[in-house]
Amino acid sequence: MTKRFALGIFDDEDVLLHAVENVREAGVKIYEVFTPFPIHGMDDALGIERSRLPIAAFFFGLTGLSFALWMQIYMLGFDWPMIIGGKPHIALPSFIPVSFELTVLFCCHGMVITFYTISKLYPRWKTPVLDVRSTDDKFVVAIEVNENTDMTKLTQLLRDNGASEVNQKEMSKF
Amino acid sequence: MATLTHHESVTAEYLEVSPSARKKFVLIIVAGAIVLAIGLLLAALGIGAEHHEGAAAAHEATSHGAGPAAGHHGSPAWLKRLIVSLWHNNVFFTGVSAIGTVFMAIQYVAYAGWSVLIKRVNEALSAWLIPGLILMIGIFAISLINHDIFHWTMPGIMDKGSENYDEIIAGKSGFLNLPFYLIRMVLFLGLWAFFTKRLRDLSLAEDLNGGTEYFHKSINVSALFLVIYAVSSPIAAWDWVMSVDTHWFSTMFGWYVFASWWVSGIAAVTLCTILLKQAGYLRFVKEGHLHDLGKFMFGFSIFWTYVWFSQFMLIWYANLPEESVYFNQRLGGFDGRYTWMFFGNLVINFVFPFLVLMTRDAKRQMIMLKIVSIAILIGHWSDFYLMLMPGTMKAENGFIIEIGTALIFLGAFLLLMTKRLAQASLVPVHHPFLDESVHHTT
Repeated sequence: MTKRFALGIFDDEDVLLHAVENVREAGVKIYEVFTPFPIHGMDDALGIERSRLPIAAFFFGLTGLSFALWMQIYMLGFDWPMIIGGKPHIALPSFIPVSFELTVLFCCHGMVITFYTISKLYPRWKTPVLDVRSTDDKFVVAIEVNENTDMTKLTQLLRDNGASEVNQKEMSKF
Repeated sequence: MATLTHHESVTAEYLEVSPSARKKFVLIIVAGAIVLAIGLLLAALGIGAEHHEGAAAAHEATSHGAGPAAGHHGSPAWLKRLIVSLWHNNVFFTGVSAIGTVFMAIQYVAYAGWSVLIKRVNEALSAWLIPGLILMIGIFAISLINHDIFHWTMPGIMDKGSENYDEIIAGKSGFLNLPFYLIRMVLFLGLWAFFTKRLRDLSLAEDLNGGTEYFHKSINVSALFLVIYAVSSPIAAWDWVMSVDTHWFSTMFGWYVFASWWVSGIAAVTLCTILLKQAGYLRFVKEGHLHDLGKFMFGFSIFWTYVWFSQFMLIWYANLPEESVYFNQRLGGFDGRYTWMFFGNLVINFVFPFLVLMTRDAKRQMIMLKIVSIAILIGHWSDFYLMLMPGTMKAENGFIIEIGTALIFLGAFLLLMTKRLAQASLVPVHHPFLDESVHHTT
């Protein structure tokens, strides 16, 4: 499906941040903002909800912890008990380092995989770029438009808020 | 939403310590003195003291060696407890005080902007260093009369042929001797106090004159201070805390004590910031700043546990008698009188902050941060209690004298800290990163 976008190009991130706030206050819905680097406060300005990734992370960590404890208690306590250093078979203090490492391992791998999946970032996926300069030194505000949109008004709004140019572009893969 | 759109100008604001607040601090001191007097009276009359066989046996079993020195008892219990608890509190409060400057120095060398608004709280926290130094010398001198705190100060303990001779301690005489010890004490605290004063002066001059010159100078001073502090703080930990258990040693100990001071220092800064904000000051300090302080408390509580566990596990696993005696005493020695504190220490300093501060919302709420920072301060005070008491008081430890002394120190600390807070604007008006701090969001 093809979508049409109005692209406001900005040169400065502070100007951009103000512009995003003002444009949203004027009742225009912003599709997405593309920037060369993360900008503090942009998530709030765009009104993006907080990610639920930490909740997933907690459960990945819990899985790792349970797996590590089960593995060590089963292996060293039941499957092949060995006396090491005169300690009991199930010596919990010596299990802590492995449990910690496996918790971290499960947690970060799970988080990376979850993040890539929900962001559709997997091998051979081609990411459409609305304006290649957003990977260099320009900040791009993308607003979805259709036939009914008053383009002169929108252009004026973006320009008033500091956009150095306003373009239009069609994208088929969004 | 309104992160960048407000155009309120940041101006200087001055803390006014009301007479009623000052009266409260004095009241804390008076309350401490009363508790202390009750504690001393009870201890001197022998009420609540346990002199049964078990305690005495444990005492004999864990005292140093079997030589004649083992019979040494020093001051009467009430006096010994007073001296040890003075030392305990002074080491705790002085260490926490130094963290103010350490924290600020780290922010400078990292070019951090967010913390500018709470910089004056850090500066004020370090007001205790000079009194701390004077008290430390004084308490050390008093402890020498009956060798109440440090066993290695006994006369003749390092002379072969003396009846007090202890071969292991004699082997440490190159490091643990009175002149070198005192030089280290004065040098370290003197240097910390000097750099605190230097950074404070630069900061105040910046308030008056503006410009970036002071900022760049502060970075150089901070970098130098951090190198010096990194070397001196572990040595201070060996001197002031570890040398109580003279026979015992741990290579983790310097970091362990630093971690304890550091997380308590951050808790103190957080608590002070919140109290100031609730009193109507620091209106530019927002949730974002508190969130960052909360992250620090959360993270460094885990760091403390990590160091604690690294020390514990190696000793537990290797199980060498000369090393494991330390945990023997705490995990069931002296009839198990320290056992509840040993585990309570882990609960209040690790489990509690870890679970309570885990979510983002908790780190942004003042009430949560307040509860956790108070818990951390009490927890790490007990941590130092647990480091010092089994080695000095053995089975004769108690709490009434110790809490009384702590309250006196707390009141005096607060008086001095608020005095320094009131001396300058709470906002460093000409700091180059002030604007960044005002607009800080997380």
